[in-house]
Amino acid sequence: MGVMDFNSLFGKRNKSSSVAKDRLKLVLIHDRMNCSTELLEMMRADIVAVISKYVDIDTDDFNIEISNRQYEEGGKKAPVLSANIPIKNLKKVK
Amino acid sequence: MSEVIVITSGKGGVGKTTTSANVGTALALAGKQVVLVDADIGLRNLDVVMGLENRIVYDLVDVVEGRCRLKQALIKDKRFEGLFLLPAAQTRDKNAVSPEQMKKLCDSLKEDFDYILLDCPAGIEQGFKNAIAGADRALVITTPEVSAVRDADRIIGLLESHGVSTIHLIINRVRMNMVKRGDMMAMEDVVEILAIDLIGVVPDDENIVVTTNKGEPAVIEGSSLASKAFRNIADRVQGLERPFLDLNISTGLVGKIKKVFGFGNQ
Repeated sequence: MGVMDFNSLFGKRNKSSSVAKDRLKLVLIHDRMNCSTELLEMMRADIVAVISKYVDIDTDDFNIEISNRQYEEGGKKAPVLSANIPIKNLKKVK
Repeated sequence: MSEVIVITSGKGGVGKTTTSANVGTALALAGKQVVLVDADIGLRNLDVVMGLENRIVYDLVDVVEGRCRLKQALIKDKRFEGLFLLPAAQTRDKNAVSPEQMKKLCDSLKEDFDYILLDCPAGIEQGFKNAIAGADRALVITTPEVSAVRDADRIIGLLESHGVSTIHLIINRVRMNMVKRGDMMAMEDVVEILAIDLIGVVPDDENIVVTTNKGEPAVIEGSSLASKAFRNIADRVQGLERPFLDLNISTGLVGKIKKVFGFGNQ
């Protein structure tokens, strides 16, 4: 508690409003991603199906995620969808 | 051109009904034809907030189920030219109406009114889905608290996924003295987190309690800060440019705080 008292006296960052803001930001990242878990699973299945037609891929290590790391395009921020697809064999036998 | 505007929040008790009553009244005072629709079936409140509780004969469910004509259920507010209320049913539940029926109702109301304001129930279940079914745009209400902001974020996501793309934010019950000492999130913080356009900031104002007690919308008497804020929102809803209020007037520390928060002439 002593540390908190010290911080609330001198530390701007520990004002309860900044604590609220920081906590909210974290919670919302989680909330927003949670909404699309089902969707991600569906996308994953579809992507595996399409790519498997052309190359052998390692479906166990196939990884798809929406990251918080945002990219900016024309001033508009958007989350990034990235997929890691390990290829087993480039030439799939016909 | 008519517009159906849903007033929603997710979390209960943040001021949806108060906002509906006041923005609706302010729009009527500006000469528009306005109908306030209480979409909170089973927990109707817009009638008492408006002071029209003694005049209800038919309600929204009666209209939807064909027991009366739409015009018979509309209560004309005699105090304001062009203001009507369509009350919710009190003895039924949210499942008494379907989104399709709600959409049809909104379409019929569009023939006679400039603005159709839907007071949405709290939550994200059937009542919410009904209320947003016919909406052209949404006003999302939040207070500067973590629970309300989190729910607002969820609501914004749901509105977008249901095709309501014009969404504006109202931050209600702001207490500038708390914001000033860093114990309440500032409007900038909330806007940054939710990433939607702000259409109004309403200060926490005792006058709202007083006027609601009496069944009068606060916008009637124009002196209180909240009343001004609601009238500004009504103006912005009509597409007019209005500077955001300097909420610091009430604290008497105008210049200093204005500078700190950069909030004077946004």
